[in-house]
Amino acid sequence: MKVGFLHSVLRKDEKLLLEEFDRRKNVDLVMLDDRELIFNLGKDAFSVDVALERCINHSRALHTLTLLEAAGVRCINSAKVATICGDKLLTSVALAKHHVPQPQLRVAFTEESALQAIEEIGYPVVLKPAVGSWGRLLAKVNDRDAAEAILEHKTVLGTYHHSIFYIQQYVHKRGRDVRSFVVGDECIAAIYRTSEHWITNTARGGVASHCAVTEALSDISLRAAKAVGGGIVAIDIFETADGYLVNEVNYTMEFKNSIATSGVNIPAKIVDYVLKR
Amino acid sequence: MSQKAECPVCGAEIARAPDTVKSELISCKDCGSELEVVSLDPFTLAEAPQQEEDWGQ
Repeated sequence: MKVGFLHSVLRKDEKLLLEEFDRRKNVDLVMLDDRELIFNLGKDAFSVDVALERCINHSRALHTLTLLEAAGVRCINSAKVATICGDKLLTSVALAKHHVPQPQLRVAFTEESALQAIEEIGYPVVLKPAVGSWGRLLAKVNDRDAAEAILEHKTVLGTYHHSIFYIQQYVHKRGRDVRSFVVGDECIAAIYRTSEHWITNTARGGVASHCAVTEALSDISLRAAKAVGGGIVAIDIFETADGYLVNEVNYTMEFKNSIATSGVNIPAKIVDYVLKR
Repeated sequence: MSQKAECPVCGAEIARAPDTVKSELISCKDCGSELEVVSLDPFTLAEAPQQEEDWGQ
């Protein structure tokens, strides 16, 4: 089987996947570095049976998946999943459509309407770039003074992307959230991410610890994965007194800190899934 | 095959691990810089690309 491995720089996560592919028989791995690819629409031919996307840039991943699929290559994840998961607004629309619980949110396009939306939800709220990652440029807005300042800064200093105001209810998560890992039809593992800071991303210093995959956690994880189109995704989940809320769904999951913590060989599960497709 | 390369930031000598692959990110133990393996033969390192706005999950 010929597997295209779409990548740019290779982090520990990609290295673990490469090592796992190397252990399998009858796998011919074709490295596809997005920095070297040139597409010629309608004339592209890639002699791979399936491509696994592991780019670090969302924009390159999204466009390369679209172009590979146009050339007839089956991709994991699909361009559709990348499109939805790469944009928090589209993710929220997909979750809502599939009745997956998520924090209350508003979307607005001007400073005035965004301020009104923030006050509808009530302080504190979290402002997020619709497209963004690793917890960057998140703002917890505690009062009207901060809201006015942040909205003005985003409008004046940012590109137009930053005036698509994605406003989320702040969820008091008691110092931790859950990240679950879904591969196909299975929620394979989960971790808690704990931090004294309200941002719990491990990229921002959140500490990973074991989290049991209960029936309820598996259920909401699989529903969220299905809502965005399925495949290999990592779900960020808040625990509340009223149950779980899905915060985000990630389509190029990072897992290096979660293997020992969860006790699950995540790269092996991913490779199994790719080779069965 | 050359097994050592110079850190492009601090000049320290960095030995190639046996399982190193092209495009891999490694750190210089002397200066802590994040480096990318741009070639295995000869073993060559460059400063890793700077984080961009759309990086990450």
